[in-house]
Amino acid sequence: MKKTNKIFMMLFLSLVLILTGCNFSSDSGSETPKNDDSEEGKKVLRLTTSSDIPTLDSTKAHDAVAFDVLYNTTEGLYRLDQENNPELALAEEHNVNDDETVHTFILKDAEWSNGEPVTAEDFEYAWKRVMAEQGAYNYMLVTAGIKNAEAIMEEEMSVDELGIKAISEKELEITLEAPTPLFVTLMSFPTFLPQKESFVEEKGDQYALNADNILANGPFKLTDWTQEQGWKFEKNENYWDKDAVNLDEISVVVIKEPSSAANLYETDKVDRVTLTTSLVDQYMDDEDFTQDKLGGTTFLRFNHNHEYLQHAEVRRAISMAINRDGLTDVILKDGSAPLYGAVAEGYYDSPEGTDYRELNGDFNKGTKDEATEVWEKAKSDIGFDELTVSINMADTEEMKKVGEYLQAELEEALPGFQLELKSVPFAQRLEIEKAIEYDISLSTWGPDYSDPMTYLDMWVDGSSANRMDYQNSKIDELVEEARTETDLSKRFELLLEIEAVLLEEDAAIAPLYQRGASVLQNPRVVDLIRHPSGADFSYKWADIK
Amino acid sequence: MKKYILKRILLMIVTLFIVASITFFLMKIIPGTPYSNPEKLTEKQRIVLDAKYGFDKPLAIQYMKYLGGLLQGDLGYSFQFEGRTVISMIKDRIGPSVMIGMQAMVFGTIIGLLLGIISALRHNTVVDYVAVTIAVLGMSIPSFVFAALLQYVVGVKLQWLPVALWESYASTILPSFALSVAVIATVARFIRSEMLEVLGQEYVVTARAKGLKESTITVKHVIRNALIPVVTMLGPLAVSIITGTLVIEKIFGVPGLGEQFTLSILVLDYSVIMGITLFYSALFIFIVFIVDVLYMFLDPRIDLSKEG
Repeated sequence: MKKTNKIFMMLFLSLVLILTGCNFSSDSGSETPKNDDSEEGKKVLRLTTSSDIPTLDSTKAHDAVAFDVLYNTTEGLYRLDQENNPELALAEEHNVNDDETVHTFILKDAEWSNGEPVTAEDFEYAWKRVMAEQGAYNYMLVTAGIKNAEAIMEEEMSVDELGIKAISEKELEITLEAPTPLFVTLMSFPTFLPQKESFVEEKGDQYALNADNILANGPFKLTDWTQEQGWKFEKNENYWDKDAVNLDEISVVVIKEPSSAANLYETDKVDRVTLTTSLVDQYMDDEDFTQDKLGGTTFLRFNHNHEYLQHAEVRRAISMAINRDGLTDVILKDGSAPLYGAVAEGYYDSPEGTDYRELNGDFNKGTKDEATEVWEKAKSDIGFDELTVSINMADTEEMKKVGEYLQAELEEALPGFQLELKSVPFAQRLEIEKAIEYDISLSTWGPDYSDPMTYLDMWVDGSSANRMDYQNSKIDELVEEARTETDLSKRFELLLEIEAVLLEEDAAIAPLYQRGASVLQNPRVVDLIRHPSGADFSYKWADIK
Repeated sequence: MKKYILKRILLMIVTLFIVASITFFLMKIIPGTPYSNPEKLTEKQRIVLDAKYGFDKPLAIQYMKYLGGLLQGDLGYSFQFEGRTVISMIKDRIGPSVMIGMQAMVFGTIIGLLLGIISALRHNTVVDYVAVTIAVLGMSIPSFVFAALLQYVVGVKLQWLPVALWESYASTILPSFALSVAVIATVARFIRSEMLEVLGQEYVVTARAKGLKESTITVKHVIRNALIPVVTMLGPLAVSIITGTLVIEKIFGVPGLGEQFTLSILVLDYSVIMGITLFYSALFIFIVFIVDVLYMFLDPRIDLSKEG
């Protein structure tokens, strides 16, 4: 009897131990609230995410989840407005010298969430730290044209020589290598956010690892963050533009299984979820169903050293033979849209206000018969009858479907053409691509910043994102020219021309589709602004009606 | 006895060493890098990072360095989560996993025992057939199918329990239940066949001949003797629970270790893969060891120390 009592005691004690160690999120008071205005009209936006925050240190952050948190809690010199155009944020004034190489900013009177003022030194410290810590996006400082950034990256100069200097507490001077029209656009990118030196140094290696060890100066502040479970924002009452902020609170829960997320939406636990292809059919007729266009693209890379694929007309025939509408409407159904250019549609307007895609139109779009014609001509010109090539692709559900579709389309339209599917894990797809050990590669690209250049300068000879040994000196020259062209209309012309050379002249790649997102969103949620790059969302103007 | 336990502990350490070595080399065969954002990673950045983590050194040196760290109990830092040690990650995530695992184990064993005993006592009746059918279904339906079904019916349609997330004790019920199905099935089938065997033993016939009450025979002689072999099931069951949690945790959004394990392999987070593999192996080896020792206590006829 005594023995069994002892065993029971032990069992009970271990159960208590386990229960105390299981970190229910409601222990810390973050249980997902109901959105029924019961709390005196408190406006709460409830979101989901599929992964935890890898790091909240803006100098090292590299992913969409961290960018969303950083961008909505911290502000830099600029932010993107509701139309994705840069607008001044923490900077009150932005002055440029005559040759556009020295930019001077006068800062607003803004405060960090610990009450300390935001100063010019905070920018100088953070930017230098990006270089010193070799942050994942340190090359963005080079893209922005910051003086000596490239030499520092090459370890030829010391970090102290970076072209940024705090003149006084509120005055910041940034020196560029040359006039850089992209500079303003890039200033809203999270890598350029400020950090408070005294706070970062005080927290040491614990900096940005939990909600208490990070400061905010933006529309919201992070108040709670439980690993793998979620986090919570509250409106920042010290924010300089707090009157524009409508929400009181935002809760984000981590849920990795898309069907579980949809089930949470059905039980009114969250206000917005993203659906995968397999769930689209089920919810397509739901009144909360919407589709967003994203900035990411999917396209075919061709190995430009391949015996036959090095010929532009062979590539053109392949590109023309693929019916993109069937691909997006029948196979993917997730909101993706057909794409006949390198640059995505809907996000990049010319200075005169016309969309880039509209100005450049569709490249290599044709019927099956036209494709067959180009193909037959190429066959007789070059002198071959049959061509068997393989396609390097990631082994995800989406990519496998796309690969099979391409195989069917191409083999039907191009007599003598055979496509072998080689699906490998995503990481290996990249390795093979970087080593250029493929014939054709089913590739993806996400824009780094809100400008067509992010889809174009990768095709320069020797660029680390080229990955197909493509070279055309015209592209190299045009990109070089566009980098420093300060007349924005002229610059946009150059950007249009680069794509024309890439696709009309060379058919260097075969664009397939622009990725989309299918979502279920509570119709009461309005003005949740989506951006094509950097952070995905601005919560600043979001509201619940 | 002491000598036997000492020997086992030594063997356990050797086993762990072998597991660590095999995992190390398997991991290194997987193409790719553990660095985040591989799509945008430039060759230059990669060289700098490789040098920082010592991945530019020959494999043998990396292996020695790694073993050295292991001996000092240093599992290193995660690559996915900047600044987090692998040990702190395991510590944070083990709670929920153990919680649902234990509940599934306890609940599953009790229900399984009841089901098995009833069907054995009512051998070849409708009750028996129903119980066997349940057990076969439980064995053959994968736990994630069952989990999705539970989530939809109990969570979405009836709204009795939370659909997912880890918010209160109620959040643990569905995942534990989904996980326990395999346990119920395994235990029920096993105890049933053991019971049937014991029921035919001579000592049961003797007990009946002595005129003992049927209930006394069942409890004192049959169940008691049938239970002993069930102990051996605990090892394999623990493994099924561990592998089961990988999927169940993802479906119910449980912030546990299993989910983290699969993710680390996908993004090639070397240190986390290693840490969790070792942790799981150690756990498994330890459970097997405990079961063996328990077995010696329960059945004096078994003396493992003599087998060499």
